[in-house]
Amino acid sequence: MDKFTTLTGIAAPMPLVNIDTDMIIPKQFLKTIARTGLGVNLFDEMRYTLDGAEIPGFVLNQPAYRKAEIIVAGDNFGCGSSREHAPWALLDFGIRCVISTSFADIFYNNCFKNGILPVVLPPEAVATLMADAQKGANARMTVDLEAQTVTSADGHSFAFEVDAFKKHCLLNGLDDIGLTLEKVRAIDTFEAQAAQARPWV
Amino acid sequence: MTGPKTLYDKIWDAHVVSTSDDGTCLLYIDRHLVHEVTSPQAFEGLRLAGRKVRAPEKTIAVPDHNVPTTLDREKGIENEESRIQVAALDKNARDFGVVYYPVSDVRQGIVHIVGPEQGWTLPGMTVVCGDSHTATHGAFGALAHGIGTSEVEHVLATQTLIQKKSRNMKVEITGHLRPGVTAKDITLSVIGATGTAGGTGYVIEYCGSAIRDLSMEGRMTVCNMAIEGGARAGLIAPDEVTFAYVMGRPHAPKGAQWEAALNWWKTLKTDGGAHFDKVVTLKGEDIAPVVTWGTSPEDVLPITGTVPSPADFTGGKVEAAQRSLDYMGLTPGMKLTDIAIDTVFIGSCTNGRIEDLRAAAAILKGKKIKQGMRAMVVPGSGLVRAQAEEEGLAQIFIDAGFEWRLAGCSMCLAMNPDQLSPGERCAATSNRNFEGRQGRGGRTHLLSPAMAAAAAITGHLTDVREMM
Repeated sequence: MDKFTTLTGIAAPMPLVNIDTDMIIPKQFLKTIARTGLGVNLFDEMRYTLDGAEIPGFVLNQPAYRKAEIIVAGDNFGCGSSREHAPWALLDFGIRCVISTSFADIFYNNCFKNGILPVVLPPEAVATLMADAQKGANARMTVDLEAQTVTSADGHSFAFEVDAFKKHCLLNGLDDIGLTLEKVRAIDTFEAQAAQARPWV
Repeated sequence: MTGPKTLYDKIWDAHVVSTSDDGTCLLYIDRHLVHEVTSPQAFEGLRLAGRKVRAPEKTIAVPDHNVPTTLDREKGIENEESRIQVAALDKNARDFGVVYYPVSDVRQGIVHIVGPEQGWTLPGMTVVCGDSHTATHGAFGALAHGIGTSEVEHVLATQTLIQKKSRNMKVEITGHLRPGVTAKDITLSVIGATGTAGGTGYVIEYCGSAIRDLSMEGRMTVCNMAIEGGARAGLIAPDEVTFAYVMGRPHAPKGAQWEAALNWWKTLKTDGGAHFDKVVTLKGEDIAPVVTWGTSPEDVLPITGTVPSPADFTGGKVEAAQRSLDYMGLTPGMKLTDIAIDTVFIGSCTNGRIEDLRAAAAILKGKKIKQGMRAMVVPGSGLVRAQAEEEGLAQIFIDAGFEWRLAGCSMCLAMNPDQLSPGERCAATSNRNFEGRQGRGGRTHLLSPAMAAAAAITGHLTDVREMM
């Protein structure tokens, strides 16, 4: 997993609430057995017509936002299915940070496993950043994970909370499985005790 | 932690392997269910790192999302990518030695129906799967939730998950349901009341007399949609109904182990005075048969209602409601019962169990579906299908004009050929009405199996109570 330290990039505004994982990556693209190559189909049904032509009004098709690295979104981003294809598609497109008032739980966790930072901010802060993002390619934002701040081109700066362990893993690009396997003796001990206490499991 | 505990607290505490200073825990996983869509990259990760599956005997795999449900499916899967994905699961299950129910096995079906049916899901367990509807297993008083593919790989390699504890939420349904009202109406009504983010950060415990009244099938329907309310998991404390369902299942404990298990299971309930961070109470008598009108599961109304106007909402929901109405092709003020449908789908991990088929068949018996209606029943497992045939339900569906299919996820998410075309409108017993969920441009109204059967007969959304 790539580290996430600081990111300065173009932010695309997506004010819609409840953007679900079916919107982010429709089911027909879940048939892959790879993690890469999904960026071209990110937001597929909002982004392309049935015959595959780009829909000009869609934000990521607009010249200013084609190289967006940040999305500022409405409430409850990433609700729905557990598909990790959603963060894979975002990452493959080039999105490394999503800012919203709230995220669905599984999507939120999946982001951290893929070097994407989901930032939760209060509604007023998201509204300010949304307005900034709507100013186009000049409205670049800086997300600093170490300092836990988002700063817009206009100089608005907002502090955000993030779980200490998740932050540590993201800052250092750490592999969870490697970390857990360092505790393999604790797992062995637990398993032996559980086999005594609940042998039917 | 001392003092009174919730059911969630108890199951959590029984599975903590270690706790870090910041409260992050390593949680032991008792059952890991696996399907073909969210696992190939995880198995590949194991191969690349030279790792094994730590507990293959606790890992149960079954293909469900991509499999055809037509009667000729022994011919194989036509779509190449789907075929490769199912073949990858075949190979991974074999190579890593996990428990496997292939497409050809009569026990094959939707992973969340197969797990309970085979007795893999038991009270007090931790159960995970790379699928958000893992919440279903909470009906047994098991802590069950969906995970992403990276976490699938983590569980395969370590049989644990890195977790922080959620908060406790209680959803109480008091009193009793009125005739024609089902578990699906409960779970949709709760989401209608709390919103799709109402449960975010929480594990819900469903309780109250109307929940106690439900069969295991009904309880699974309720917990299945906890995720649609944003919750990590939904739980129902196990009781005699649970124990009776579990007893004798192929992988349920037997003999002395059954007695030992039962003793522990009986302690799995929330202590008096335990703290809940959020409480929602609905009266069972106030719940009506409901349908969804929009493209979010929170867009729920009693069937007697009318299509709302964006002006009825505030904040970001105003724009979302307008977008939903445009997508759904509906006009504010229209009676819900005036919405004509052309497709009916009965099935899914939400409503593909035997009780669901019985409820639909009871409405359909001796009747025909409306001419031109495309209607299908997709049983949740091969065993549900066999039982429905034995009980004569299959014949009722066939006589009414339904297609009687083989088991799989089918049109719930339309990864196999069972899809809606643009503009088609479906009464579906599944769990998501998102844009494009059942096929691009397809329009979905979520409802109970009995309500779906009623709509199949009349050709429009219908109050099932008028047909009882």
